[in-house]
Amino acid sequence: MSVTLFKNKENSPLTFVKAIFERKKWLLLFIVASLVTFYAVFMIYGLNKNLEVLIAWAPFVFKGFLLNLSMSFFSMIIATILGLLLGLALISKTRAITLPSRAVMNIFRNSPWLVVLFITMYLFPFEVHIFGERYAIPGWWKATIAFSLPVMANLGEIFRGAVLSIPKSQWESADSLGFNHLQTMRYIIIPQCVKRALPSWMNWYALLTLATPMASILGVQESVSNTRAAVESAGAGPDLLFPFYLFLLALFFIYIYPIALLTRAIERNYSFKNQ
Amino acid sequence: MFDIIAPLFLEIHKTTGLNFVTFYDPYEYGRFISGAGKSLQLMLYTLCLSLIIGVLGAQAQTSKSKMLRGGVEIYVQAFRNTPVMIQLLFFYFAIGGIGPVIDAGGYYEPLIPAFGWAVIAIGLFGGAYNVEIFRSGIEAVPASTTQAAKSLGMNKWQVFSRITLPLAFRVSFPSLGTNLISLAKTTSFAYVIAVPEVTYMLNQIWADNVNVPEMIFLLFLFYFTVITALSIFLNWLESRITIPGVGK
Repeated sequence: MSVTLFKNKENSPLTFVKAIFERKKWLLLFIVASLVTFYAVFMIYGLNKNLEVLIAWAPFVFKGFLLNLSMSFFSMIIATILGLLLGLALISKTRAITLPSRAVMNIFRNSPWLVVLFITMYLFPFEVHIFGERYAIPGWWKATIAFSLPVMANLGEIFRGAVLSIPKSQWESADSLGFNHLQTMRYIIIPQCVKRALPSWMNWYALLTLATPMASILGVQESVSNTRAAVESAGAGPDLLFPFYLFLLALFFIYIYPIALLTRAIERNYSFKNQ
Repeated sequence: MFDIIAPLFLEIHKTTGLNFVTFYDPYEYGRFISGAGKSLQLMLYTLCLSLIIGVLGAQAQTSKSKMLRGGVEIYVQAFRNTPVMIQLLFFYFAIGGIGPVIDAGGYYEPLIPAFGWAVIAIGLFGGAYNVEIFRSGIEAVPASTTQAAKSLGMNKWQVFSRITLPLAFRVSFPSLGTNLISLAKTTSFAYVIAVPEVTYMLNQIWADNVNVPEMIFLLFLFYFTVITALSIFLNWLESRITIPGVGK
């Protein structure tokens, strides 16, 4: 199943890339501003060696950042699958299915991420026994599951909204054309839902990625933990923390900002087509 | 209040083993109440700061100065596209660490305590979202309305405060409510800079009493109650302030 997002030439991916380059001036400005701040701080402290420390430890911090990214990927896969199931349960006609699924949705939408993280970290087993073998569950796996739960609840709501936003007449016309229920879903409803839900789905991916540093609270060796370890082994001090945390913020910004721009472009593309 | 519930929870602890220590031990009760109070305070200040920033930022984005608009845009994008937890750490440890200190009789305390930095950081984070929300609200106000106000002799500030803002506020209220609710949940991040709010306090309590499941349940219940109350209040407010024919 292929879903075309950019139908006409003006909205092709190439134009989007061009648009990013045009809009990149904010990104450039931000990087320049960060560099100026860096420089100012180094001048204030007269410590150019801070930059050397940062460069020496940057690969270590970046390694932690890669764990953040893998947590976000796996978490998003789990959240999408569970969210689809939850969305289907929410639009079910049986009350015995809708009521508990609505409860699940409300519980995970109304509690802070940190609480969900504590629940999974402390109340889930730290090892499982399968056929007499003991398998330890690494902390980052538990964190991945924890992050997927709030996203699951929100995606469920988004998928439900997307299916309900398809006019009833579409179901009826599909019916009159001889499509059965599964075929209607497969060829008519889902392709439209994907288009409608995609911007929100991407937005939630960005939010999920921005939440992954939380895993450091419970000892997962990701970017924030690695930054702290690096700062401590390089002789902790606020003058070191400043460039390190700024570097970390910049890493996330460089990854998330293009996603945010792409989300906005897709959203606009869709809303123009509907006018 | 404490005297009434204490025997009941002590009884529950003895019979079922469920250790809700915060409801029968006076010391832990005090810790929980102070943490809950601090959390509510933090939410109130953060929401107010984010609303002020949102209004000011949205007004700045309507200005003619390209510098001002660019500055607001950089602020919004920088705060929206970076993790709020690292923002907190950055403000408290990196900026607070090199900031001024005051002599607190023998030892030095930073001028702005952790609570203050939490309000500033989370307020700025929420404000970045509010700027965008208010801006879309301002854009939804028809140009003819503001032109009519101008032709009645109002100056720029009067038009903004009496015509544009009240209308924009009502148009953007649904998405504003969603953001305020998510911001109230975000305040739990103040835990990472050791603000003694409810997450931090309950964490201490479960570390001391080894009753993790009960205390996590209590933590969940606290946020669930506060968030539900907030959303009911916002829904009520929304139904009170809607003008027929504006917005929807």
